[in-house]
Amino acid sequence: MNNSIAGRPLNEDDEEDEVNEDGLEAWERAYTEDRSWESLQEDESGLLRSIDTSAVQHAQYRRRLRALAANAATARIQKGLIRYLYIVVDLSKAASERDFRPSRMAVIAKQVETFIREFFDQNPLSHVGLVTTKDGVASCLTDLGGSPESHIKALMGKLECSGDASLQNALDLVHSNLNQIPSYGHREVLILYSALSTCDPSDIMETIQKCKKGKMRCSVIGLAAEMFICKHLCQETGGTYSIALDESHFKELILEHCPPPPAIAEYATANLIKMGFPQRAAEGSVAICTCHEEAKTEGGYTCPRCKVRVCELPTECRICGLTLISSPHLARSYHHLFPIVPFVEISASFQNDPSHRFPNTCFGCEESLLSQGNKPELSVYCPKCKQQFCFDCDIYIHESLHNCPGCESFRHSKSITTAQ
Amino acid sequence: MSPAPSKNYTDDVSLLVVTLDTNPFFWSDFPSHFSDFLSQVLAFLNSILLLGQLNQVVVIATGCNSCSYVYDSSSNKNHASTNGTMPALYSNLLHNLDEFIAKDKQLTTAHEPGNVPSSLLSGSLSKALCYIQRAFRSGPMHPQPRILCLQGSPDGPEQYVAIMNAIFSAQRSSVPVDSCYIASSNSSNSAFLQQASYITGGIYYKPPQLDGLFQYLSAVFATDLHSRAFLRLPKSLGVDFRASCFCHKKTIDTGYVCSVCLSIFCEHHDKCSTCSSVFGQAQSVAASTDNRKRKAE
Ligand SMILES: [Zn+2]
Ligand SMILES: [Zn+2]
Ligand SMILES: [Zn+2]
Ligand SMILES: [Zn+2]
Ligand SMILES: [Zn+2]
Ligand SMILES: [Zn+2]
Repeated sequence: MNNSIAGRPLNEDDEEDEVNEDGLEAWERAYTEDRSWESLQEDESGLLRSIDTSAVQHAQYRRRLRALAANAATARIQKGLIRYLYIVVDLSKAASERDFRPSRMAVIAKQVETFIREFFDQNPLSHVGLVTTKDGVASCLTDLGGSPESHIKALMGKLECSGDASLQNALDLVHSNLNQIPSYGHREVLILYSALSTCDPSDIMETIQKCKKGKMRCSVIGLAAEMFICKHLCQETGGTYSIALDESHFKELILEHCPPPPAIAEYATANLIKMGFPQRAAEGSVAICTCHEEAKTEGGYTCPRCKVRVCELPTECRICGLTLISSPHLARSYHHLFPIVPFVEISASFQNDPSHRFPNTCFGCEESLLSQGNKPELSVYCPKCKQQFCFDCDIYIHESLHNCPGCESFRHSKSITTAQ
Repeated sequence: MSPAPSKNYTDDVSLLVVTLDTNPFFWSDFPSHFSDFLSQVLAFLNSILLLGQLNQVVVIATGCNSCSYVYDSSSNKNHASTNGTMPALYSNLLHNLDEFIAKDKQLTTAHEPGNVPSSLLSGSLSKALCYIQRAFRSGPMHPQPRILCLQGSPDGPEQYVAIMNAIFSAQRSSVPVDSCYIASSNSSNSAFLQQASYITGGIYYKPPQLDGLFQYLSAVFATDLHSRAFLRLPKSLGVDFRASCFCHKKTIDTGYVCSVCLSIFCEHHDKCSTCSSVFGQAQSVAASTDNRKRKAE
């Protein structure tokens, strides 16, 4: 209950501003935007109340975590961390349907933006390109590149839909582009498909076989209904196929493509890549950069081999060709290599057992784990350091921090890891 | 949980989480005393609380073998022990700090003299971030959090991954990490803290002398995030972004990176020691051999 109110501005002035922006009355806005009835539940006496989401969310999260841990145990750490991904956006007539609010196209654009940012956060050395399909043809919106801003800008400028989608043309285009990438890269295609048909010049089955041979992993997220050809494509190439039910489901589905997929053995060869780690120069020191050919004072980076200045990382040195990267860029993905184990739930009976004394405060945030009646609330503990945590910290630690504060706070556990 | 329901928050209300380096090996080698350092820090903490009555200060002690909360200005245990001779802040904090240092000492194992072991910065940063998440959960009118690392011990290379994880998490929740690095030699800097402050948009500063520490702290680190825009704070003197190789923990400026797991090596290997991929070969062959390595961590 509180959650839903907290997110909304209570201030009257704010409320009025928003009405002006949308051109809607407050009561209209509430219904069109967030379908508030979907979060209502009937209790035993027939009264409507909002679903208590926090417990449900935590249960869902624990299920996801267990699934991930099971995956990690079998697939170990062989992850395709250098990914070359093309996102194919269907801008056919079907994308203007308004079953998603305000339209499929707008929802896709918004979620692609979130996806691209999250993708680069998790896959710092990867590349993304955008392809659109409409009027029966496919066109390349952006080439493979590492800068999220340029992709997002290009997509936002091209949001018009017309004609039919063509799966085959899109696949052909992506296939010819992905053919040129280095052998250690993972080739992937993510197709966001609104249409229920495809307008193809020849036999699409041949194209699918070509993609399979080219080791392209193709995944499709549909916005309408399941199509045989999409399912066939995903099955053949080892991708996933899913249909979005609503906007939040779509977001969930698209974000599932952010973490690197377990590298499928024969899909890429391992390689050692030579790289340079430039230092950042002091603020205010003047140098001419090679990328803009201008004198800059903001403090760029210096190529360790030929000592020229560049403004941004990651990049390739224009003079000596060395790949330049900052070490934090690499470190962003190290948590995939050293994941922390899922925490174990402490049941009420376990809590009362005198041989396991837990302090009943969360080790992470110091929050008391005793609820009103001095009855301990549900909590979890780390199987390695045996420290107790609250549910909120549990989620934060596994989803964002990727460190166990308990394990990090004691030297003996550290010395084991350094000794091995 | 926290008192005073009628809080009228503005941008200026701060939650300052301080990590305090108590590493006994560092302080015994250091020219000035820990007690001198502490008295200046306490005066600084008090001034933060006096700047606004809604400001909140949390202190986490970073020891050599453990980390622990030693003070929380919002906790209601504090006011009980005021005995008239010392303000509550001092008596509570000093009491907890004494206990912590005694406990940390018990855990200490022998180490070779001459090189100062690192303190557990990764632990106290992780705790600080968990605490700040709790403040975010307290509602839309939460105070503006920031972290201040008062650090003197050298970086511990074995904490590299954990500290980077903490830095990225702080960056994602827009929590700046300020660092005040205290070291006797002029040339040494903490690459971890330089990166932490650079990535999260905090301030890295190394006071040239410790006598005036209170002045430096109150001039540089006392300002809330909103007011920083109007000040001329110390400029970054460059950030050491060099990586350390996984094989020798040596700092390098060019090296080789494994395309599968991104491990960094200083020289060419035939096989990755982290993920056991054989270079120039499909991964399936490498995966089946050598499975034992990765059990710990
Ligand atoms: Zn430039
Ligand atoms: Zn160069
Ligand atoms: Zn907690
Ligand atoms: Zn642990
Ligand atoms: Zn090495
Ligand atoms: Zn590797």
